[in-house]
Amino acid sequence: MNTASLSNTANKPEIVGEEERKAIAKGVNHHRLVIFLRFALAIVTLVSWELAVNFGLIDPFFFSKPSAIYEQLATWLTVGTAQGPLWNELLVTMEETVLGFLIGSLLGIFFGIALGRNKLMADVFSIYIKVANAIPRVVLGSIFIIMFGLGMGSKVALAVVMVFFVVFGNAFQGVREADKNLIANAYILGANKRQVTFSVVFPSALTWILASLHVSFGFALVGAVVGEFLGARHGIGLLIATAQGTFNAAGVFAAMIVLAVVALAAEYLLTAIEDKLLKWRPTQFVEQGM
Amino acid sequence: MKKAAIELTNVSRKFISPEGKVILALKDFSLTVNEGDFCAIVGPTGCGKSTTLGMITGLNPPSSGSVKVFGKPVTGIDPNIGFVFQADAVFPWKNVIDNISIGPMFRGKDPKTAREMAGEWVRRVGLSGFEYHFPHQLSGGMRKRVALAQTFINEPKILLMDEPFSALDVQTRALMQDELLGLWSEKKASVVFVTHDIEEAIALGDRVVVLSKGPGMVKSSYEIPLTRPRDVSEARYSNEFIHLSKQIWSDLKDEVQI
Repeated sequence: MNTASLSNTANKPEIVGEEERKAIAKGVNHHRLVIFLRFALAIVTLVSWELAVNFGLIDPFFFSKPSAIYEQLATWLTVGTAQGPLWNELLVTMEETVLGFLIGSLLGIFFGIALGRNKLMADVFSIYIKVANAIPRVVLGSIFIIMFGLGMGSKVALAVVMVFFVVFGNAFQGVREADKNLIANAYILGANKRQVTFSVVFPSALTWILASLHVSFGFALVGAVVGEFLGARHGIGLLIATAQGTFNAAGVFAAMIVLAVVALAAEYLLTAIEDKLLKWRPTQFVEQGM
Repeated sequence: MKKAAIELTNVSRKFISPEGKVILALKDFSLTVNEGDFCAIVGPTGCGKSTTLGMITGLNPPSSGSVKVFGKPVTGIDPNIGFVFQADAVFPWKNVIDNISIGPMFRGKDPKTAREMAGEWVRRVGLSGFEYHFPHQLSGGMRKRVALAQTFINEPKILLMDEPFSALDVQTRALMQDELLGLWSEKKASVVFVTHDIEEAIALGDRVVVLSKGPGMVKSSYEIPLTRPRDVSEARYSNEFIHLSKQIWSDLKDEVQI
């Protein structure tokens, strides 16, 4: 039994010899190179964009330019937008997104597991789920505006719908893919149906569910912003719509950057949660070189 | 005369595919396992060995015939039954101690008692120091030990094993067989042990039942006269063992076709 090597994989491996040190150094160098190239790519892109505008190759009316976008962002941050301070606008959009995301994913997880555990219901509903999935759900935004008005409700509702189907589909699939042996084992060990659902099916489906949460936060953001496009009093979506109305390309790009930063931060947070919840999964060994 | 623990009488089991195709896995199959007996079943692939076990658990009821456990017809999952699977069936998201304590937890023991019981079993299967490891951090043999402890902690009176060691390498398998006999000899559950491996069947069983190719029927049955306690790795070199092994192989040879 290779006890020694096993206990090593559990903790951080100790640096023992020259070979290990070289491998680690190689990994660090690779990482540095990647970071450097990423920055280089961004700078080259921005600089050539700016220069292309200055030399008249690109029309700034349509494509704006990095310095104008930067100025627009600076104005929003210091002076505020036409609708009020940028933070307030961002906060409104974030609130809609997070609310929609939470409600949508909770509903999706609940119905996905409930339906996945019941064959008859699954067979009956599966056709409707396919249909609902095929319809571009953004069109529901108009109905929500009619139903819930220009306030936050309509945007949250749209975000919920966007998120629900993704999470639901994955939770459903995750339940279906749960290892039959594990389920049989749990039953024989003495579990009842509820115990099997909570201690076998749900943990198996969790990998699928968490994967869907990554995508669906983006969807929630789309739902909120599109909702604001269609009609709102506050929010980043309205900011974009206003910029569009005044042919302010820099404003559109600036709002896009704000959204990108938010999405990135959320992605980071979700990955951290996922790592914590799925700590039982084997760590991936990365082979260096080809 | 010992009492019968498991009685299968004239059972048949059909699998009907959604297209209406009928596959007969077992036909008029009868088998009795007495209390405290270790019965090993060998047979060619697809002869319904695993199906037999499924019927005893109550997970897959027979199409016809009767299955009785301790004289009572099987209607659902009997709490006296323990099952060790061929594939890994330990829960990958639970560490060793949580995996072992899950049986008592399912059966309504409070978490503290369950964990104490599990701690004892961790020691008995030789996994002390690995309590908080996750299955993926263990070797195949160690995962099998977790599976054994997980099953034995419920103190099953009937133990069903579906090729439990077939995925292990030869050396680990021999060790696990010794381990199994050691654990089994304390409580003497009635065992049905399904395997492909003739030597494993002889080394472990009181009786070896040979099944014919599908639909499975009992072809022959051998009492194994080897004394207990057995040392699996030693026993396989005795003349008796080799003789039995030849005999069973000649029975089985006709059933195995490539």
